[in-house]
Amino acid sequence: MSRAQSGEVDTGSPQDCAANKRVYRVIIAAVLLAAGAASAAPALPKLGRPANPSDVAKFDISIPPDGTGLPAGSGSVTQGAEVYAAKCVVCHGANGAGTPSGDRLSGGIGTLNTANPIKTVSSFWPYATTLFDYIRRAMPITNPQSLENDEAYAVTAYILSFDNIVPKDAVLDATSLPKVQMPNRNGFVNWEPRLLKP
Amino acid sequence: MAKFPTLQDQLGDPIAGNGLLHRRFFLQSGAAIAGAAATLGTASAESIGTAAPEWTKKPGAAFNGYGVPSHWRDNIQRLVVTNAPPGREVAGSSRTPLEMMEGTITPGGLHYVRNHNGTPDVDPNKHELMIHGLVRQPLVFTLDNLLRYPMESRIHFVECAGNSGAISASAEPQQVRASTIHGLLSCSEWTGVKLSTLLEEAGLDKRGTWILAEGADSAAMSRSVPVWKALDDAMIALYQNGEPIRPEQGFPMRLLLPGFEGNTNVKWLRRMKVMDGPMYSRDETSRYTELMPDGKAREFMLQMEPKSLILKPSFGINMQGPGYYEISGLAWSGLGRVRRVDVSADGGKSWAEAALSAPVQTKALTRFRLPWMWNGQPAVLTSRTTDDKGVVQMSRAQWVAQYAPRQNFHFSAMQSWAVDAGGKVSNVYV
Repeated sequence: MSRAQSGEVDTGSPQDCAANKRVYRVIIAAVLLAAGAASAAPALPKLGRPANPSDVAKFDISIPPDGTGLPAGSGSVTQGAEVYAAKCVVCHGANGAGTPSGDRLSGGIGTLNTANPIKTVSSFWPYATTLFDYIRRAMPITNPQSLENDEAYAVTAYILSFDNIVPKDAVLDATSLPKVQMPNRNGFVNWEPRLLKP
Repeated sequence: MAKFPTLQDQLGDPIAGNGLLHRRFFLQSGAAIAGAAATLGTASAESIGTAAPEWTKKPGAAFNGYGVPSHWRDNIQRLVVTNAPPGREVAGSSRTPLEMMEGTITPGGLHYVRNHNGTPDVDPNKHELMIHGLVRQPLVFTLDNLLRYPMESRIHFVECAGNSGAISASAEPQQVRASTIHGLLSCSEWTGVKLSTLLEEAGLDKRGTWILAEGADSAAMSRSVPVWKALDDAMIALYQNGEPIRPEQGFPMRLLLPGFEGNTNVKWLRRMKVMDGPMYSRDETSRYTELMPDGKAREFMLQMEPKSLILKPSFGINMQGPGYYEISGLAWSGLGRVRRVDVSADGGKSWAEAALSAPVQTKALTRFRLPWMWNGQPAVLTSRTTDDKGVVQMSRAQWVAQYAPRQNFHFSAMQSWAVDAGGKVSNVYV
């Protein structure tokens, strides 16, 4: 490294050079102090706008297993059968048997540890709340988010009645839906603890 | 008089079965091979154009606003895979034609696409990102807001959790192009704002351990992500290979979780909710979970394991007679950097270490190459990678043994190609 690159100034005499170095040290210390007093890091833009609580409520459509956020309203198996016939059967088939356009929803209970495991809502899904959440956010697939909350409860109830997970006279609402016990509720092993963390 | 080294001299003798050569050929700084310059005259009455091709003798095409690939190569297209009935063409995927490409970066128009209900046309002037839940102050960001934050550019692969599932799920090897099986894989330079910056601004609550990410598409795709990942290397990506992120990849913004299964990199990102546990959405319970032989399913298998794949040669890219070939392929790991790739031409009996094309970056596609003198005899080509965490790619048999029959998510095992004496390449299980 040349002296110019190293930041030293050659004034021709050793004394001048030492004096200059002292001056530089004082200046550098003063600059560091000033920077430290202001902030350790540059201020971020902080341009986020406070969310309006009613907007949060409107957009927060996810339903966890404990049912937090389930809407008012209710629906019965009988009402659900009508919704299903009008909006679901074309893809999912009679009694949730499935078609090439839509997943099989029923049957398969007890097959998961066999040579021919069949994953359906009845046999595989761990939470009934997830079924309601998914129907309400993404179904019917050609017209998503069009179902009224009562219709979503009703069609959830109807699908859960295929394999008698709920009785044929069931009515689901914010209280009863989270209590539905799915057959494969304890069928999952959480792999997240085994992931490689930073 | 100096003796020029022959190609044979430079390549050396095979170091593994069936003609695999040492990778030093790629490590040398280009040996000089000089050719004799011949002096040929042109008669005075002749223009040099006599010998020139047509395109040298007239002006070429004018400028245009957005360039397209050569029409001579317009066969390089994504492979659209859909077996849905009429009216449901949005079900399926389009796959990156890996075996027709080189290098590691995927052009935007060839990036694989897997949606759950088509590609939405999101108005960037109306789209907003909400961050709420266990935060001090729920916030909303517009695209214009985000464009003013400090940005990072990083190269990362994105791979669908269902990539290569045809190998695990099919009892017999399918005789199809590599991209048909493995094309749900692409790699881009992503530019955007660190998610940790936005979480800091909202004031992350200590009780927050998971974050729900939700898209604005008509599947309202939703996935739960651990907070440690959000604070590590997660990004709200706004640009892809230098241009605004493509609609198929989430315009105007997507979540980028380097190394995590593709589906968690939620596109058209509109909402993130900080929670004290996962949401258990449909796509993290009924999908993207792997059934084990005892009937229990692994959930939240979020990291894509180390994987490699030979593309040249591969099914449909046959040999053209004995002689010199370059074996070329891709390796990657969702855990970190590719440390090495070993290649076998005898079905795994002997191995030679491949050369890696620099730079080798974390959670990014890495190109490997190895010179091969094919003697015209049948061979079985396989590659196996090891990442910088020491994790070694599994064989198909090892992978399949972990799970119940026909599981098709997170397949990361080795891919083998058989070369017959005629040079035809087929897919085989070893």
